[in-house]
Amino acid sequence: MNAWLTQHLSALQGAWQRLAASPLNTVLSLLVIGIALTLPAAGVVVLDNLRQAAAGVASTQQISVFLSPEASRKEATEMESRLRQEVSGSIVFVPREDALKRLQGTAGMAELVASLPRNPLPDAFIVEPRNAAPEQLEALAKTLSAWPKVAHVQLDSAWIKRFDAFLRLGRLAVLLLAAAFAAALVAVTFNTIRLQILAQADEIEVAKLIGATDGFIRRPYYYFGALQGILGGLIAMLLVSAAVAVLSGPVSQLASLYATAFRLHGLGLDHSLLLLGVGALLGWLGAQLSVGLYLRQIEPK
Amino acid sequence: MISFSAVHKRYPTGYEALRGVSFDIDAGELVFITGHSGAGKTTLCKLAAAIERPTSGSVVVNGQNLAALRKSAIPYVRRNFGLVFQDQKLLFDRTVLDNVLLPLAIVGLSPKEAGKRARAALDKVGLLEREKANPIALSGGEQQRLAIARAVVNRPAILLADEPTANLDTDSAGEVMELFKAFHQVGVTVILATHDTQWVRHLNPRVLWVEHGQVRAPGERPEGQA
Repeated sequence: MNAWLTQHLSALQGAWQRLAASPLNTVLSLLVIGIALTLPAAGVVVLDNLRQAAAGVASTQQISVFLSPEASRKEATEMESRLRQEVSGSIVFVPREDALKRLQGTAGMAELVASLPRNPLPDAFIVEPRNAAPEQLEALAKTLSAWPKVAHVQLDSAWIKRFDAFLRLGRLAVLLLAAAFAAALVAVTFNTIRLQILAQADEIEVAKLIGATDGFIRRPYYYFGALQGILGGLIAMLLVSAAVAVLSGPVSQLASLYATAFRLHGLGLDHSLLLLGVGALLGWLGAQLSVGLYLRQIEPK
Repeated sequence: MISFSAVHKRYPTGYEALRGVSFDIDAGELVFITGHSGAGKTTLCKLAAAIERPTSGSVVVNGQNLAALRKSAIPYVRRNFGLVFQDQKLLFDRTVLDNVLLPLAIVGLSPKEAGKRARAALDKVGLLEREKANPIALSGGEQQRLAIARAVVNRPAILLADEPTANLDTDSAGEVMELFKAFHQVGVTVILATHDTQWVRHLNPRVLWVEHGQVRAPGERPEGQA
């Protein structure tokens, strides 16, 4: 166990030393990897913010439940109790008299309302469910329309559907982008390690001669690839955070013009850890491919 | 300890380096493999250390038939040997001490223990004061002594050297031979492949004379050879 740990620590140390040994090459490689990871990471942030912004708007989505004209006030009260039992969220009863008053208050409507022989408006409930997912809203509207004494249920969810479709498309685009840049990251690591193996052919040959296993020889390259991926991921995190910091103010100002308190947010802890993990995994994969291909060509003579 | 039995070795070029070689070397022996250039001495060394595999026949080291070994087991066979080469195969991008530390890193010794053992090995070959130097700054004799320190640092059972004095002047060669003698005296099996027979009388080893890919019996040795 001690020997195993010592060898892994030594391989990790060796990988750090190799990174530090040629700073310019290291910085350039890390920048390429960092930028390759930044684009899909930024895509994730944009989609996440859009989803949150949409959730904020959607949470104010209302379902208007209009009762039939013959529904009594007692029936309306019973319906309110039932709604409160079955729907989690805000439920406001709007009596027909209040609705008429609001209509009267609307510019240009006062004369028209005054000319009506009787109040044509029904009692209604304004329901704002806590769960504003489009599918949930639609299901709820369908359920409510089947209730007795309900004349009409109004839900305008078409834009939510369109927005949801847009988000799905965006997610797919980010996935494709991520796959393309992942391939680039693997290629960069592959090439960096290929050059290292060729430069260290003598050392590898001597190590094999004096009893080094393949694992001993491969390990520092695996650590190198993984470290390079993690550091590239850190650069991507910094770039995304910088972009969010720059855009945060203008976005908040824009949101305030629409009377919302939306604030742009960056990569969360989960996405940050995922970014580092993916960077490490892709770096390791590039190292694995390169080492597998080139190491077998170096044998003691 | 080492047993060659009817070993043939033909290289991919068609050159037949060994033709039916058989011999045994016991633990603790001091053996010189001598013969002219191209006789097959280096091939014998490479077969013993599993650097090459026999075309036919068997090479057994510590009870393991090398021809039947899986590739992944070969590094562990090589750890039985301390290998010294004519061209030393030192690493010139690191210090003298780091060269000696490499075999210890391979077996996973802790840095503290490895440092102690590497310095002790350098002390044995008289290079402790040069531990921070780059091997390129050493003389030919010192480089060969450094190669010996690297070979013995893991306390191998067998010290196998191929033409270790070929590029050295007489004084340096003498120092190197004294080191081999000293390791033999403490129980290490020492096998030296060399065309230089002047040391045979001095060290009184067992001699395997190789000629045209075959090991000759003592009575078959050419006139004037040890």
